[in-house]
Amino acid sequence: MNITDKQLNELALSKSEYQLIVKQLGREPNNLELGLFGSLWSEHCGYKHSKLLIKTLPSESDRLLVEPGVENAGVIDLGGIAVVMKVESHNHPSAIEPYEGAATGVGGIVRDILAMGARPIALLNSLRFGPLTEQYSNRIFKGVVSGISAYGNCIGVPDVGGEIGFSKTYSGNPLVNAMCIGLVDPKYMARAITGDPGNVLLLVGADTGKDGIHGASGLASQTFEEGREELRPTVQVGNPFLEKVLIEACLELVQTGAYVGLQDLGAAGLTSASVECASKSKTGLEIDIDSVPLREKTLSPYEIMLSESQERMLVIATPNQVAQVKDIFLKWGLDATKIGIVTDTRNVIIKSAGEIQADIPVELLTNPPLYTVDGTKPDWLSSLQSSDLSKLSVPKSRAVDTLLKLLSSHNVSSKKWVYEQYDHHVQTNTVIEPGQGDAAVLRLKNSTRGIATSIDGNGRLCFLDPEIGGAIAVAEACRNISCTGAIPLALTDCLNFGNPETNDVAFQLNRSVKGIGRAARKFNVPIVSGNVSLYNESYGQSIYPTPVIGALGLIKDIDKVTGSAFATENDLVFLLGSDKFDNDSNSLAGSEFLEIIHGLVEGQPSIDLDLEYDLQALCRKLISKGLIKSAHDISEGGLLSAIAESCILGHIGFKMIECPHNRWDIAYFGERQSQIIVSLSPINKTNIMSIVKSDGIPFMEIGVVGGKTLDIGASESITVQTLTDYWHDNIPPNQNNDNITN
Amino acid sequence: MRTGIVVFPGTWSDKDCMHVLRDVLNQSTEYIWHQETDLSKYECIVIPGGFSYGDYLRAGAIARFAPVMKSITDFANNGGLVIGICNGFQVLCEAGLLPGVLMRNDHLKFRCEWVNLKIETASTPFTKSITTLNPLRVPISHGEGQYYVSEDTLKELERDDQIVFRYCEPNGDVTKESNPNGSVNNIAGIINSNRNVLGMMPHPEKACEDILGSSDGLSIFQSIINSTDK
Repeated sequence: MNITDKQLNELALSKSEYQLIVKQLGREPNNLELGLFGSLWSEHCGYKHSKLLIKTLPSESDRLLVEPGVENAGVIDLGGIAVVMKVESHNHPSAIEPYEGAATGVGGIVRDILAMGARPIALLNSLRFGPLTEQYSNRIFKGVVSGISAYGNCIGVPDVGGEIGFSKTYSGNPLVNAMCIGLVDPKYMARAITGDPGNVLLLVGADTGKDGIHGASGLASQTFEEGREELRPTVQVGNPFLEKVLIEACLELVQTGAYVGLQDLGAAGLTSASVECASKSKTGLEIDIDSVPLREKTLSPYEIMLSESQERMLVIATPNQVAQVKDIFLKWGLDATKIGIVTDTRNVIIKSAGEIQADIPVELLTNPPLYTVDGTKPDWLSSLQSSDLSKLSVPKSRAVDTLLKLLSSHNVSSKKWVYEQYDHHVQTNTVIEPGQGDAAVLRLKNSTRGIATSIDGNGRLCFLDPEIGGAIAVAEACRNISCTGAIPLALTDCLNFGNPETNDVAFQLNRSVKGIGRAARKFNVPIVSGNVSLYNESYGQSIYPTPVIGALGLIKDIDKVTGSAFATENDLVFLLGSDKFDNDSNSLAGSEFLEIIHGLVEGQPSIDLDLEYDLQALCRKLISKGLIKSAHDISEGGLLSAIAESCILGHIGFKMIECPHNRWDIAYFGERQSQIIVSLSPINKTNIMSIVKSDGIPFMEIGVVGGKTLDIGASESITVQTLTDYWHDNIPPNQNNDNITN
Repeated sequence: MRTGIVVFPGTWSDKDCMHVLRDVLNQSTEYIWHQETDLSKYECIVIPGGFSYGDYLRAGAIARFAPVMKSITDFANNGGLVIGICNGFQVLCEAGLLPGVLMRNDHLKFRCEWVNLKIETASTPFTKSITTLNPLRVPISHGEGQYYVSEDTLKELERDDQIVFRYCEPNGDVTKESNPNGSVNNIAGIINSNRNVLGMMPHPEKACEDILGSSDGLSIFQSIINSTDK
């Protein structure tokens, strides 16, 4: 076969990879076979550039029911019930067609959870866009939110939390990471396996169409520049109603036990779903391509094997079980069509009209070449890190004016406009909903327990120090769930980076994974699942390295859950993690304050993981003893923004009893890690102080809750109503008042 | 009370209603598949929320043709209690069991939030046991909840005490600001002239346990139970 560079480029295969295929196969692959390699060796399916790094992450825990990376999602045993979790990206599809891109991102992650036999019980998402003042970013943002809203609401899975950030770095390449949590009785857990030769492959759910061809190889695994409109056909189109009935049908099947294996069709469609099952079970497959139900007759075998049409699953059953499988799906109005059988050849054979169209050993397809990814620290980074932030002048305006600027910055301000478009109550488990706490909390029915979950990442900090930024992402996700009283049990990660074939991105990816691993080991939480999204750049500019961490924690007593709102007049407020106002200028590194007020993204971020670990344990202890009324960690916007948020959420004021002397900019708006503000009844003060002291955590009493104003010092005061007005209603920006540019 | 909860493909608050009726209130409760037609064993039918058949056309427009709907119409005409929640309200309007229509929210967006409901009448089987004068705090979750009805019918509804719930402020004031979807006269729920078929957009089944933020919805289900325990 005369292979052209254009063909290889479409499949995201390099020349040397092609030569490797020819060598291993002992012949030239035909067009269909090459397509199979292109998909399964893509970054999205094959993890060529990331597998060696991901393997270094901790994944051990007594609570794990499956080995990470082996099944579709990680499974954590809570005793009698297990939780399944995973995060996945849909960045490039969302850049091209935001509504369908985001919608099918939700659909895809839900099917990953479903493939474990679990009922999806919660969705979260981590989103990044360019500034909303840009017309393009504004359109992408609104499209993504509507897509998530339309899909998630229709399938009846609550969207309980998430985070959204805005920065120029994401202008051409937004990030859409969707996370799903499911619940499964361990005895009904499903696996993506073929079982024995002779078993039957049944394709269930939607018919196969032309959408999403080359999604895995072309879209997800390359950078894209001009002509992105032409790529629209590579974006899948979602049908949430079909997904909803598919969920119910699959869960009904799982309950009957009349099947062998269950697998979702996601990236690389039928190819990856079937080959992965065969690889796991060390079997072969024979697929009769003509039997796949099609939306239109003109699909070629190549298109059928690579289509990423949504709402499809693969069921593997023994010949005796087939009739029962068909009955269950028929009840829900869905097809279940026999498309092939499991063989003992260890090859995947694709037939059409009785002729063999492709015949490749399964092991070749599932073992792409793995590349070591490492780079050297770029000079520009050293110079950004060594910036002396102590030389910055303190703003001349009042601190409260700076506070209002930060509260109304899109990164800090309320995301109510977004989350009120998502159903967050359905399934009636939501105890802490969006906007009430640092993490979402769900009760587990028929028990006194609950789970907390949060998803976090900070591209700016990772940009300034990939390793420390990676560690901070883990720390913050765990801190957020600790602030509700939950003990972190497991993490899932989504690694959003640029082109790993460049030195700078290779360096960022390598160091970030190191940092994530270091923090996860310190907190003793395994990373049970994840996803890698590389080549996130556009017009030659790479995004900030943005690893996103989803955390899941267990709450032993759901009645003791704590939110972040100040509660009662005269409650005292402690800052845990510091015994004095911060005056270290490094705390401004990568802060929202530094970017908004000074227009800089510089400095050297830092974190003390020992302090962080002890601080989180202390916070959980105080909550489990019922001693504190609120807990809120300090993150973007610093101490004063955190206090303001607790006031706004509680509709109550606060008076600071002491003030920083000179560098109020650092004290109020620095973003040093490992700090939590808690409020408590005065009667518990002595008790709490002795616990905090015996745990060796630095702390200071900073003020008292009450009134209708936020008072700092003798002279500065602002009403909670004004804070609320500035914090709310910034998103989306008013088209008439804000300068929207093209 | 023997209750049946209707399940269309795409329904999702069936399980939430089941949890409240069976687990919280200890009532004998079963699911009714959309193709079933025998409703003789039930004293109350719940048509729950969701996106029946995907609701890609107009919410409830396909569901009204389901085999179960003919039986529900007979059941209602014989005086049986029927409560339609959210999508169930939309289905009841489409089926002609309640007057009016539910249009897209005036702001054209899906909206999930807590609202306050002023109880306009206690003389229905669905509200008769509500003793509080305070508004009920329950969540909404819909994209098509803007109730609309012709001026003449609206006058009749108002005159005949058929408006059951109105969106209001926490203190009970019915204001434009407290209306989450542009419904005419802030209407959140209505009852038919025979006073046995109720439709409401808010989700009382999502507000039946304090841990979830409110148990105000219980009083509606308790009223139904008291009405059937004659």
